[in-house]
Amino acid sequence: MGIHDPRTAGGLRPTRRAFLTGAGLVIGMTLAPRAFAQDHETIQADVQNEAAKAFNAFVRVAPDSTVTVLSKHIEFGQGPYTGLATLVAEELDADWSQIRVEAAPADDETYKNLAFGLQGTGGSTAIANAYEQMRTAGATARAMLVAAAADEWGVPAEEIVVSKGTISHKASGKSSDFGSLADKAAEMDAPSEPTLKNADAFVLIGTDRPKVDTPSKTDGSAIFTFDIAFDDMLIAVVKHPDHFGAKVASFDDTKAREVPGVVDVKQVPQGVAVFADTTFAALKGRAALEVQWDLTEAESRSSESIFQDYIAQIGGENELEAANSGDVAANLDQEGFTTLESTMRFPFLAHAPMEPLDAVLIRREDGSIDCYNGAQFPGQDKAAIAEVCEVDAENVRVNTQLAGGSFGRRAQFGSPYMREAAAVFKASGMNRPVKHIWTREDDIRGGFYRPIYVHKLRGSVDGDGNIVAWDQAIVGQSIMNKSEIDETSVEGASDSPYQIPNRRVMSINTGLPVPILWWRSVGHTHTAFAVETFLDQLLEEGGKDPVEGRLALLPKGSRERGVLSRVAEMAGFANGSPPEGRAWGVAVHKSFSTYVAEIAEVSIAEDGGPKVHKVWCAVDCGVAVNPNIIRAQMEGGIGYGLGAVLYDEITLGEGGRIVQSNFNDYRSLRISEMPEVEVEIIESSQPPTGVGEPGVPPIGPAVANAWRRLTGKRVESLPIVPSQTAGA
Amino acid sequence: MVSFTLNGEQRQFDGDPETPLLWVIRDAEKLTGTKYGCGIAQCGACTVHVDGMTRRSCITPISSLEGSSVTTIEGLDGREAEAVQAAWTEIDVPQCGYCQSGQIMSAVSLLQMNPKPNDADIDGAMAGNICRCATYQRIRQAIHNAADSMEG
Amino acid sequence: MKHVSRNSLAGLVITLAVGSLVLPFPLSAQDRDPATGQASQPIAPSEPEGGLKSVSDFDSIADERERSIAIFEETGKVLQHPRCVNCHPAGDSPLQNMAMAPHQPPVQRGEANFGVPGMMCNTCHGPENAQVVGQSPDIQSIPGNPEWHLAPIEMAWEGKSLAEICVQIKDEDRNGGKTLAELVEHMAEDDLVGWGWEPGEGREPVPGTQEQFGQLYEAWAATGAHCPES
Repeated sequence: MGIHDPRTAGGLRPTRRAFLTGAGLVIGMTLAPRAFAQDHETIQADVQNEAAKAFNAFVRVAPDSTVTVLSKHIEFGQGPYTGLATLVAEELDADWSQIRVEAAPADDETYKNLAFGLQGTGGSTAIANAYEQMRTAGATARAMLVAAAADEWGVPAEEIVVSKGTISHKASGKSSDFGSLADKAAEMDAPSEPTLKNADAFVLIGTDRPKVDTPSKTDGSAIFTFDIAFDDMLIAVVKHPDHFGAKVASFDDTKAREVPGVVDVKQVPQGVAVFADTTFAALKGRAALEVQWDLTEAESRSSESIFQDYIAQIGGENELEAANSGDVAANLDQEGFTTLESTMRFPFLAHAPMEPLDAVLIRREDGSIDCYNGAQFPGQDKAAIAEVCEVDAENVRVNTQLAGGSFGRRAQFGSPYMREAAAVFKASGMNRPVKHIWTREDDIRGGFYRPIYVHKLRGSVDGDGNIVAWDQAIVGQSIMNKSEIDETSVEGASDSPYQIPNRRVMSINTGLPVPILWWRSVGHTHTAFAVETFLDQLLEEGGKDPVEGRLALLPKGSRERGVLSRVAEMAGFANGSPPEGRAWGVAVHKSFSTYVAEIAEVSIAEDGGPKVHKVWCAVDCGVAVNPNIIRAQMEGGIGYGLGAVLYDEITLGEGGRIVQSNFNDYRSLRISEMPEVEVEIIESSQPPTGVGEPGVPPIGPAVANAWRRLTGKRVESLPIVPSQTAGA
Repeated sequence: MVSFTLNGEQRQFDGDPETPLLWVIRDAEKLTGTKYGCGIAQCGACTVHVDGMTRRSCITPISSLEGSSVTTIEGLDGREAEAVQAAWTEIDVPQCGYCQSGQIMSAVSLLQMNPKPNDADIDGAMAGNICRCATYQRIRQAIHNAADSMEG
Repeated sequence: MKHVSRNSLAGLVITLAVGSLVLPFPLSAQDRDPATGQASQPIAPSEPEGGLKSVSDFDSIADERERSIAIFEETGKVLQHPRCVNCHPAGDSPLQNMAMAPHQPPVQRGEANFGVPGMMCNTCHGPENAQVVGQSPDIQSIPGNPEWHLAPIEMAWEGKSLAEICVQIKDEDRNGGKTLAELVEHMAEDDLVGWGWEPGEGREPVPGTQEQFGQLYEAWAATGAHCPES
């Protein structure tokens, strides 16, 4: 038997495809919905899948009637495996129990994200971009099965009915499962434009559907990249600098090489790699390594000095105009108007997915390379490996694995992480399989943060309490590395739906050697906070109710109004009031074409910081493909965003050294800090939009608004709980 | 050489005695349900049971386990385990799933010691298990459901 | 160390004092102010270097009551050291590091001060300090002791003056029912008390030695066990 024996303990299992390689055994997996076959049966079914017929790039039907959906999107918690499979199964009229899901291979053409033009998961696009594509794939396969049945039975195709995996013809009394017709169907011409169902005919879409990946994630059998093992595999860790831009000046590996199990030590562009037979030997070897760093080109400023530098740039010549309507200058500081001003600071944030970045690389006998990793941009990873290891891209296979979270971290143009893993593999000589892992410290100190931003806001309220002017400047690095306006810096601010007659949003792109990246909800992480907290102050200044005041500023019929009205009803906002000692804070924000409003109920905790008791959330994401997953994403987005707003910052200390290193000082929200979350989904026939990110933006401002109303203190610097009291 | 019991079977480890139990389980014993998340007992992804109590395997040197009995997610059984895993599946607790083995090990231990926990008991037991996806609301609910199912 | 005979005590003190002076590792974050990354307290108390005065140092104080108080105040360097107070908190959760920050992860004392079901102290704290290899430079070891637990709430020292602590530790209702002799023995011999002098890599030990600390208590008891006025 191999390294990972399929286990036979009770419960429902994912099916597994175990394939022997030259060097050992690797697991590939196909995920099956729950409430289906027992372990031995699904494994059997999976073996039979070798004979499965491909109907198109997304659907395969096996002789045993199992239908395998190839997911072009990686599964790291937001539910695309279940969602995409639901779309296929709906149009195929398959029974849910016959559906399997597998990761599609890396192919930037066939499996491109229709929103990006290359294969990739992100921007809350999985369901939105694949909604028609996957339904069409299912409808196409259905039409081919029907054509095969019509031909086999000699009956008109129009008279054939497909329901829950059974193809039948009433008049002749004939019926068949999918598997018996799969061979024949795969030979049939695919229809050029298969008919898709009307929404009222949906059987699966719109209903709570258990997730296909839940069972294996409940019994420990789910395989992540970290779990992949080959015989004779080396474990590699890299000693990284704790300053951005530092380079290796020299190193002494004498003590590292004395650690039993350490096999080799090699310099790579990213630092110094230690190779060992076991993970612990690699870690121990790295700890024994002595590296001198050249800090000549390193960032030497502290976060504090970066903030000061950013603030100093406001109003200067580098400002770019992101939005400008009316006459802002004439309506600020006017006689009879009240003008408020606020300068807000947003720190660097690490994504800190539970599974740190990792990859397993192996060179096959024919010289080709297999990579196993949580590939969010598989084509980019493939190209990086090809370039670094100097092999043709067609000789690189990227095998996408389940990933332990991402929140944006695994999606990188140019794949800097994969370049490190590939460089390490190449330095090893590529004669043994290599698993390259990051420890939590590598992750927290690894850069690619949500950038530091400074917002300066000024706004005025006239004598009647109406907001008449809004002037906002946003300073920070351009995630897309642009010199002109970067939408990801200003989204959610420049396109604010609030009807304020005189409004200006300026943007300043800054340069820093600190590598940055999108972080769950990208620009909305800071723009929603700035807009929604400052607006709340102006409304309060003008004597307006936070809900009614917002509604009055939002266009009639807008979907923001819909979610805001709904959440206010949920909380009983109009007629009720929070319990003694607590306050309510409101925020509404659109991101990734999804509209979310949240109301947070907050009190003062024992430690003096905010305690969030309850969050009401209303979401409008068009057609709700799987309400269960939508609710889960709102709950999770609120928790993820709340942790960051309350506790998180990556700080560069004096000299530019990264202060935080692990979960002891880069805190995550814990269960005791998780509010009760109540979610309602607006019924809609609009095309579905994403849910992975949009739950995040409103929670910060909702909590900060409650906090201000509770304590009178404006939140102008995040996190709300400074790290001194968060505990290091 | 350290002798211990792993999921009911006698095992020996003759490598570096400082090796944390986590790496013995994963590298030597090839059981991968127990996860690495932080290496410093902050996140709980590596939680196993040692002699019936929760233990963070990432900071437990194997040398300290002579004669001990270790249970991982793969070896979990009994009514609390069944109730917890069924409850987890019923309401789809996991998102990315990476932390869930550790969550379940803590939840099972809680129910073994306290079959009818309230919200505060749950928070107390589970506050050492980080879930970056923040599936906490469902974790809380699933533990209540598991407790209820054991009553019935 | 806990079994060292009194005869070799002098030598041991010198060794420890030197050890404290040349503390080979940088202060860890456990011992750093998390806000600035700077040491939150000077690492070596000024007098004597990282140590405690011995009983004979107090011989010059003629008045027995004053001598007793002075001796007790010397032991306060240990009692009020974060290493001790962190596990004698006023609330239901321990503190940690020299800044006495809230313990992470957020743990609770539980009914018997050994944690709560599902997360007892021994979930993380084994029978001995455990070295952490190759992880955070800030967490070089995890404290351990077979009896690792919080002091009962009636023995809380956090936020109290030395005078208050003195009255408290003599009070059998608040010291676990110990007579003065038992208290002295506890200070001198208890293994968990002794952890303060061997707190594991990356952590500043309390001053002196447990033997010296015990001798001071013996002398304090012998001089009437007087408490400071305020």
